[in-house]
Amino acid sequence: MIQLKVNGAEQSFDGEPEMPLLWYLRDVLGLTGSKFGCGIGLCGACTVHVNGQATRSCVTAMRDAAGKDVTTIEGLDKNGLHLVQKAWMQINVPQCGYCQVGQIMQAAALLNSKKKPTDHDIDEAMSGNICRCGTYQRIRAAIRAAAGEMP
Amino acid sequence: MSTIENVSRRRFLRGGIIAAGALVLGVRYYPKLSSGDKLPHDTNADHAALHPSVYLGIDPDGTVWIVAGRSEMGTTSRTTLPLVVADELDADWKRVRIEQALGDSRYGDQNTDGSHSIRSFYDAMREAGATARFMLIQAAAKEWGVPATECETDLHVVVHRSTNRGAGYGELARAAAKLPAPKREDLKLKPKSAWRYVGKGQVSYDLEALVTGRAIYGMDARLDGMVYASVEHPPVLGGKVKSSDDKEALKVRGVRQTVPIDPFQQAPGFQPLGGIAVIADNTWAAFQGRKKLNISWDNGPNEAYNSDAYKNELRATSHNPCKVVRNIGDADAVFAKGGRVYEADYYVPLLAHASMEPMVALAEFKDGKATLWAPTQNPQGVQDTVAKELGIAKEDVICHVTLLGGGFGRKSKPDYVAEAAVLSKKMGRPVKVVWTREDDIKFDYYNAVASMYMKAALGADGKPTAWLQRSVFPPIPSIFDVNTVYGDPAHLQQGWTDIPYDLPNLRIENGPAKAHVRIGWLRSVANIYHAFAIQCFTDELARAAGRDPLDYLLDLIGNPRTIDFKGVEYPNYGASMDAHPWETGRLRRVTEMVAEESRWGKRKHGKGTGVGIAAHRSFLSYVATVVEVEVNDQGEVRIPRVDTALDAGLVVNPEATRAQFEGAAVFGTSIVRSGEITATKGAIDQSNFQDYPMARIADAPQQTNVYIVESDAPPAGVGEPGVPPFVAAFSNAIFSATGKRVRDLPISKLGLS
Repeated sequence: MIQLKVNGAEQSFDGEPEMPLLWYLRDVLGLTGSKFGCGIGLCGACTVHVNGQATRSCVTAMRDAAGKDVTTIEGLDKNGLHLVQKAWMQINVPQCGYCQVGQIMQAAALLNSKKKPTDHDIDEAMSGNICRCGTYQRIRAAIRAAAGEMP
Repeated sequence: MSTIENVSRRRFLRGGIIAAGALVLGVRYYPKLSSGDKLPHDTNADHAALHPSVYLGIDPDGTVWIVAGRSEMGTTSRTTLPLVVADELDADWKRVRIEQALGDSRYGDQNTDGSHSIRSFYDAMREAGATARFMLIQAAAKEWGVPATECETDLHVVVHRSTNRGAGYGELARAAAKLPAPKREDLKLKPKSAWRYVGKGQVSYDLEALVTGRAIYGMDARLDGMVYASVEHPPVLGGKVKSSDDKEALKVRGVRQTVPIDPFQQAPGFQPLGGIAVIADNTWAAFQGRKKLNISWDNGPNEAYNSDAYKNELRATSHNPCKVVRNIGDADAVFAKGGRVYEADYYVPLLAHASMEPMVALAEFKDGKATLWAPTQNPQGVQDTVAKELGIAKEDVICHVTLLGGGFGRKSKPDYVAEAAVLSKKMGRPVKVVWTREDDIKFDYYNAVASMYMKAALGADGKPTAWLQRSVFPPIPSIFDVNTVYGDPAHLQQGWTDIPYDLPNLRIENGPAKAHVRIGWLRSVANIYHAFAIQCFTDELARAAGRDPLDYLLDLIGNPRTIDFKGVEYPNYGASMDAHPWETGRLRRVTEMVAEESRWGKRKHGKGTGVGIAAHRSFLSYVATVVEVEVNDQGEVRIPRVDTALDAGLVVNPEATRAQFEGAAVFGTSIVRSGEITATKGAIDQSNFQDYPMARIADAPQQTNVYIVESDAPPAGVGEPGVPPFVAAFSNAIFSATGKRVRDLPISKLGLS
């Protein structure tokens, strides 16, 4: 039995320990905000926070999530919209939106570790997240805007 | 396991495709159609007190229901078309609820491709809004006993100013519904000066759902009792299972069974590819089970296909006379005189769509009816295809359209939806088919590989005196008839028969090419390779003539005129030539505009830096683009700046339009940098983002500036037209920066270091 915390709630899982966290979140818990894009950690659509770190849930086995604290987009901000989500709306970032949950989780983790990231920091941190619609210039602008609002 | 609640269809539809209760309860609501449900296609608009159009309904509480008939894949058309209705209705956007239509021919063409949602439905949306406004005014006038001509509307109310009376739309809805609908000729459309939303735009209706993870894509559809399927397809198009062993697959925890799917008959069309499906309790178990299948394939004749040899075949074909599709004067006679004659070959490989959401569909076959939930651009195509596969009537196929995690043309082909339907019928329960990224890359309907041969003779003034162009590519109609080898007018028109230059001697040809993979539409389609060849060859000729590429391009476009095709078949993207003539003056104008805005020739460029320009009309829009690149000593390419000017006629939603052109520059970046699908012995070599890379944040343009021409011309396309000129301008910029010509895409093969 694997014990873990998802968005603050205790969960236990007695399925296949090799199952990636992504499919546990989506198919078992029904938390479908985290997306499946590539299955091998190359696109970032599945990004969640594990103990506060941006993590590709599609290549994180449940056995490695044992005892961890997992945050998904559904739990990013319990009080409503996280300032990264607000910035995303203000800059009107999404087109199809499919990758944006992963982008937002990645950006939120970046701002947790670096309150005032440079453009180089942003490019570095966001390089693992693909957006096929091509919203990158707005993603960069939204991260700058969110950084400006950081307490 | 969280429970999946079944709620009434009506409740689901009230939430649209956004799950209303999701945040609170942590579960998703999905519609569950019972067999007693007589009218599965009904919308809230249909049931509203006032329902003057299939697209519109107004409830007594003032809620305005607007039905989005087209699919939302990121272009914001699901918002922009309702915005046109709301404007003409004088409705308060905050009181508008958008409902997504099911596949149903009453909404007209729903195949969301070809960049024509606004163009084709702008008038219908205006009429829907104007009809309701007319009826509301009549109802108020009757109630107040005043002439309707003295009444007008303000935001969501009808007013009679001289008596200072007003009534909300909700209050008037029931009375208005009792009145006869006006004749079309009686409708008074609002003057441009009174427009509230058109031309000003609006962010996506779904914006908050998109940033909170509440938006429901096909990948997120769930139904009580559903099982998950992953399908091992024949690796070569047209292949069949020779023998198979599923013993090991069935040992995987969570795997229930395997189910064969028949190979397609004759041409593939939109039929399932066939193969073996692994059915499991969750997606991952289905994927794992698939890896343990042991299948021996009969690959069939396409096993002889190798993309390297095929490239040489296309090129050889293009070096010999082909079918003439348009001719002016006598180019050969000019070439025969010798002098300054230039030739060049251009090549663009197969391209995959790679939408971020792989193909996925949920199907429930029950009581002779199939209900689908799918991220499809083409719900009526789903109805046709599934009806045929299952042998049921089209009316018994109910297709719910979820949000699409990208489409780019791939999701116009419903093969993956048909797979889910076939499996649900065989299993007798709901089945969700999930494609892996590898399936998506290997079993696409690829943008055609194309080889273009270009030849021109230059006169004393450096301008072409004769021009010959031949393109050879496997045509899209080959998916319906494998023996189709020549381009059809609908694709030859895409930047080929309509070369915009005023040339005294011009011959345009097309050569035969047999398809060995499924060929399909991809964002801007044949315009990609045609614009690449023409606009890059133009740049080459400019340099040969010792001219500035911008001046030379403007010279070739010539004085403003309307192209006369003189009997050559030119479908004009399905629009009439009267409403949308081919006006070279508009192409010239965007070229001049982008030159000025980008300060062409005025900006200083250091070592390894260069700019390129290209202009192109597609989907009835005129676009010119300037790309600036930096190439360092290691051959690494950066794109500091892109400028693009467009004339798309009336632009309803400028914000969404800018986003489309920003995105097109990134889409084009992927094509130029790394877009290449190859095949060995008939099987696709690429599989995922490590060998079919997409532009990432640092690869993409750092800044794309979009300039929109103010125009009262009828609306034209904005989703696709940004791609073709970007691809050519980027390629020309590489030459400007490095002196190396880009004739074969992608540039990863060019050796820039």
